[in-house]
Amino acid sequence: MTGVLWWSTGDLLNRQVEVAIITDAKGLSATWTNYGMPGLEQAIEDRLVGNIDDDSLYLLVDGNFRYITGNLPSWPAGFNQTGIFYDLSIARAGVPSTALIERFDLPGGYHLLIGRDIQTLTRVRNTIASSLVWGLLLVAVLGTVGGVLVRIVLARMLANVSVTARAIAAGDLSRRVKLSKRGDEFDELAATINDMLDRISRLMDGVLQVSNAIAHDLRTPITRARARLEDANREDASAESLRNAIDRATSDLDGAVAVFQALLRIAEIESGARRSAFATIDLVPVLTDLAELYEAVAEESGKKFKLSLPAPAGRPISTRSALTTYGDRDMIQQALANLLDNALKYSPTGASVELRAARDGTDVRIDVVDHGPGMSDADMKRATERFFRAEAARNSPGSGLGLALVQAVAVLHGRDLVLSHGNPGLIATLRLPRAAPVVTEDAKAHA
Amino acid sequence: MGNNDVQVIAVCPEQRIPNAHITLRNQMRILVVEDDRDVAGFVVKGLREAGHTVEHVDNGRDGLFLAASETFDAIILDRMLPGGVDGVRLLETLRAQQITTSVLFLSALSGVDDRVRGLRAGGDDYLTKPFAFSELLARVEALSRRGRSEVPATKLAVADLEVDLLSRTVKRSGQKIDLQPREFRLLEFLARHAGQVVTRTMLLEGVWDYHFDPQTNVIDVHVSRLRQKVDKPFGSSLIHTVRNAGYMLRAE
Repeated sequence: MTGVLWWSTGDLLNRQVEVAIITDAKGLSATWTNYGMPGLEQAIEDRLVGNIDDDSLYLLVDGNFRYITGNLPSWPAGFNQTGIFYDLSIARAGVPSTALIERFDLPGGYHLLIGRDIQTLTRVRNTIASSLVWGLLLVAVLGTVGGVLVRIVLARMLANVSVTARAIAAGDLSRRVKLSKRGDEFDELAATINDMLDRISRLMDGVLQVSNAIAHDLRTPITRARARLEDANREDASAESLRNAIDRATSDLDGAVAVFQALLRIAEIESGARRSAFATIDLVPVLTDLAELYEAVAEESGKKFKLSLPAPAGRPISTRSALTTYGDRDMIQQALANLLDNALKYSPTGASVELRAARDGTDVRIDVVDHGPGMSDADMKRATERFFRAEAARNSPGSGLGLALVQAVAVLHGRDLVLSHGNPGLIATLRLPRAAPVVTEDAKAHA
Repeated sequence: MGNNDVQVIAVCPEQRIPNAHITLRNQMRILVVEDDRDVAGFVVKGLREAGHTVEHVDNGRDGLFLAASETFDAIILDRMLPGGVDGVRLLETLRAQQITTSVLFLSALSGVDDRVRGLRAGGDDYLTKPFAFSELLARVEALSRRGRSEVPATKLAVADLEVDLLSRTVKRSGQKIDLQPREFRLLEFLARHAGQVVTRTMLLEGVWDYHFDPQTNVIDVHVSRLRQKVDKPFGSSLIHTVRNAGYMLRAE
């Protein structure tokens, strides 16, 4: 960098001198054409007198290189080509100096030398060079000192983080990075790390809780199945009762398998791997299909079912794209089916269940509303935990995994599941991100 | 899932379907590739009892050899197999050789992605372990391509029931029955598999395209509604409940 600067500055200055020489030559050549040899001699002498900086060199000689006029005593040796610049060492009042000279041949055998003393230029170049070198040295020194200082500061700040990381690696998950309250980038980093640690420890707690719950909840159906089979084997049972026992044991085992399946499904959703299957989905047909499926079930058990979709706005295009999300269709269907299963399960005969959807800011908001017994505030807080079952629901069939799955689906889509009181009953609100609608062939035809 | 085009029974009105389905159900030649001896034994025994001819191999290499050299109506294929050739690889190799035998994956890998991978490799159906034998049998029989006509059927007939796939109308004893679109699709699915057991899961997948099991008995409710329209006014039943399995559409 420095070298380039030095070289290009020198080059630029040199070129300026060359241009000056060429301009000078053109002027003198014009003089010679107009006024002949006397005019030229006069012009050179005038220029020498007028040259205040005393940096110009002129020498006019005849065909035998004999001096006619100029401020050089004789024609330099080896100076025999035109069109090229020569460096010439001269002594000026005893001080050695360098000049740039060029030779011009005039008609009539005359030769003209024009040059410029470039001692000053050389000095400028040297000054630039030395200031560049000093600058470089200064930068190196400052850089080194600065680097050392920054490292000391960084090490002090990161020590905080690394102490925490080491403690966590050693098994103490409760440790967090201390914040300095300065609110700088380091605090931001520390806060992010703390958030991450919170999430990890929540997941760890979850895993622990779930493995306990699995042990407990799977033991129940397996115990039952085992007891039935053993019992059937011991008695002098009739073929009929034997078959009965086997059937019931099989369905107990199916129950255990269903729990496994639901757990695996939740784990699969929570791992986020399903995001690869995301697509833009029109929710209107999804909701209509589910409503149709469950309406029949509601009717069969003497309950009412209502589907409310946002009114299509004006043009026919928007009817198709009123509710669009970006997500996993299967997962959304399953989540909504779980909510509807619950709503119907806890609704008394004659009560109504409502499935309604609406745009809400950047979300699509889907409510499943029932008029059943509802949930206490305490139960509501824990309802999405795996295997959690409210006291009132203990005796109805179910695994306690339905809402956990819905919650996992909501989180997968970057939103959440919110339960609230329906007075009476329960409102389960699943939010999904709103997406720009895809232009379908239909919509294109309308447009 | 390709259930919709798995089997088409093209029947002219004068041909009676009961005979057709008896020949359909009988004598499928099935290859079982499964390394677990107990599971394989259970499957082979069950399939033989149902009247099918069964070959069994316990590793992928033998499975590939048999599947490529002999003719089968269906292959039941485990995914994780010893012998260096797993189920997906076996199937990909078969399909690369233009062998189009129907394949049902029977696997403990139950993730959505596992299923998608199996079907993408060319599988026709995917059943996860543990499974009910009735579900397996129903699905394998649904894969049967015998009696399937080359020309897509435009009309399905079972006894005095006629399902017109073009005009999407249904008649029984010459009398028109009004069905909702979904009810029509349900009946169409049953009619395409007339004489075969159709499980609730198959209906959920084939008619609703849902790949999960709702807790409520949604399918039973919809089938019962369909019965109200198709069976009840005519005194005799065509839609039968098969205990511990599902439903079957057939003449009495």
